[in-house]
Amino acid sequence: MSVAKVPAAGGRRYWRWLPIAPATALLLLFLGGPIAYCVWIALTDMQLTGQESASFVGLDNFRRAFQDDAFINAVVLTLVFTLLSSIIGQNTLGLALAALMQRAGKTVRTVTGVVVICAWVLPEIVAGFLLYTFFHRQGTLNAVLDWLHLPSQNWLFTLPILAVSFANIWRGTAFSMLVYSAALSEIPTEVTESAQVDGANARQRLWFITLPMIRRSIGTNLMLNTLQTLSVFGLIWAMTRGGPGNRSQTLPVFMYDQAFDKALIGYGTAVALLLLLVGALFSVIYLRLMREEV
Amino acid sequence: MAHTPAARTARPVRSTRRARRARPVRLTRRARQRLAANLALLAVAAAFVVPLLWLVFASLDADADLRVSPPASPTLDNFSAVLTDEITFTPMRNSLLICGSATLMTMVCAALAAYPLSRYRSRFSRPYLLTILFTTCLPITAIMVPVYGLFVQINLIDTLSGTAFFLATSQLPFAVWLMKNFMDGVPVVLEEAAWTDGASWFQSLTRVIVPLMGPGLTVVTIYSFIMMWGNFFVPFMLLLSPEQLPASVSIFTFFGNYGSVAFGELAAFSLLYSTPVLVLYILISRRIGGGFTLSGGVKG
Repeated sequence: MSVAKVPAAGGRRYWRWLPIAPATALLLLFLGGPIAYCVWIALTDMQLTGQESASFVGLDNFRRAFQDDAFINAVVLTLVFTLLSSIIGQNTLGLALAALMQRAGKTVRTVTGVVVICAWVLPEIVAGFLLYTFFHRQGTLNAVLDWLHLPSQNWLFTLPILAVSFANIWRGTAFSMLVYSAALSEIPTEVTESAQVDGANARQRLWFITLPMIRRSIGTNLMLNTLQTLSVFGLIWAMTRGGPGNRSQTLPVFMYDQAFDKALIGYGTAVALLLLLVGALFSVIYLRLMREEV
Repeated sequence: MAHTPAARTARPVRSTRRARRARPVRLTRRARQRLAANLALLAVAAAFVVPLLWLVFASLDADADLRVSPPASPTLDNFSAVLTDEITFTPMRNSLLICGSATLMTMVCAALAAYPLSRYRSRFSRPYLLTILFTTCLPITAIMVPVYGLFVQINLIDTLSGTAFFLATSQLPFAVWLMKNFMDGVPVVLEEAAWTDGASWFQSLTRVIVPLMGPGLTVVTIYSFIMMWGNFFVPFMLLLSPEQLPASVSIFTFFGNYGSVAFGELAAFSLLYSTPVLVLYILISRRIGGGFTLSGGVKG
């Protein structure tokens, strides 16, 4: 059989790799190109107004970033946003939903699944707009709070970062839920049952049986959630535009603001490069987690 | 609750007490657990459904505001107001053009690239795949500023084709990765049968492998399309003239001036814009359940 598989030696051995060319060309041109360009612009003082004046400034943009209060503010907000919405929110809620779904009745499971997944499938900008109305001063959340006789708030003004974090939880939990549902269904029932027979209570079973058995899924899920959350732009843009002031300005919004509203392409790109490096770091960790599958 | 009588009748029989009691008690606990799980899930579902309810109610309400409230007299006026060339049809056509051509490009390039990666051994394929997997994780948002700069230089800015090229590339690593894995699942035996009948690699790819990968291929295609349809940042950066904007960006024309937003019309438009991806997702969610086995292809 393998006679047919390797027809000839020499030139043909290289020609048969030709089908890989279109994909590689696209990737080099539209992904590799911009990344190289990104490194180059980040080292210049390029501005939107004219390319002639751009000159090489070395690491000035980075030095400037670390002394810029607005940049530090964006870093802190990005950390808060990622921690709250991805690591605590989506991840924990997704795991809780998946665990509850195993115990719940079929109808309830289906209804919850449809609602949560619906929030995930909706386009980002629609989700942003829906949560804008939800958190707005005259929106539904305050209507509910009024009805419960609790103090209402102008959420998008007083706690914008909390509002966008909740928005991201609303939108992103379905992914974790799907990942964990798949992982939990692969745990053989004998294992949990024998732990139960040995007298382990629910918390012990979760801590010593379930979590260790799905740790690979937890790692993968945390990594993908964090990467996705780091690059959220549309949701925040639709809800607050990074405001009021810069109180919900995470790194992607800060980068956009510097590059286009303030016309400092060089500086904005330096920020983008930092974001890219963080993303690359997470990707490497992800690769290590996935190593067995390549 | 239903098991309490059983537990009572079991109690008097002393000799086998442990054995008999264990069962009903465990069942009631399970029933209690199920009830608690149901209630917790319904609470979460209720919280999640509120913004979605707003979308549906407001689209049917002639004077919708920011709060969820069932329309007093449901009407389709909002839909007829937005179903014009300028508001709905042109942006939707742009979306379809961009995402359709980009998806086609992604799938063709990914299928071609996956073939040698899946079928030939080489020192070169493992690093290539690792690089591909690495790029699937890179935050595309971060490179949009340099992409904008690059597109200005090579005159692709504000063109539908340039945007489609970039979207196709951004989805390509993931598509190659999935496609390679699907292709690994197609037994080489079937292909060898085609070779002995004199088929070239291209014929065996298009006539044997691609049809056998049908379900997987459909899922990747639809998934890519959904991702592109919902993408806001890429067209937001790369397209400038209003008549070229896809629906994901043109929605901001409702949203831009906060004072005078017609919320009902915005909701109606959002619903129209979201419908294709919702329908497509329903299609693949069924496929994911049933179609991933290729064992039917080889009978031995």
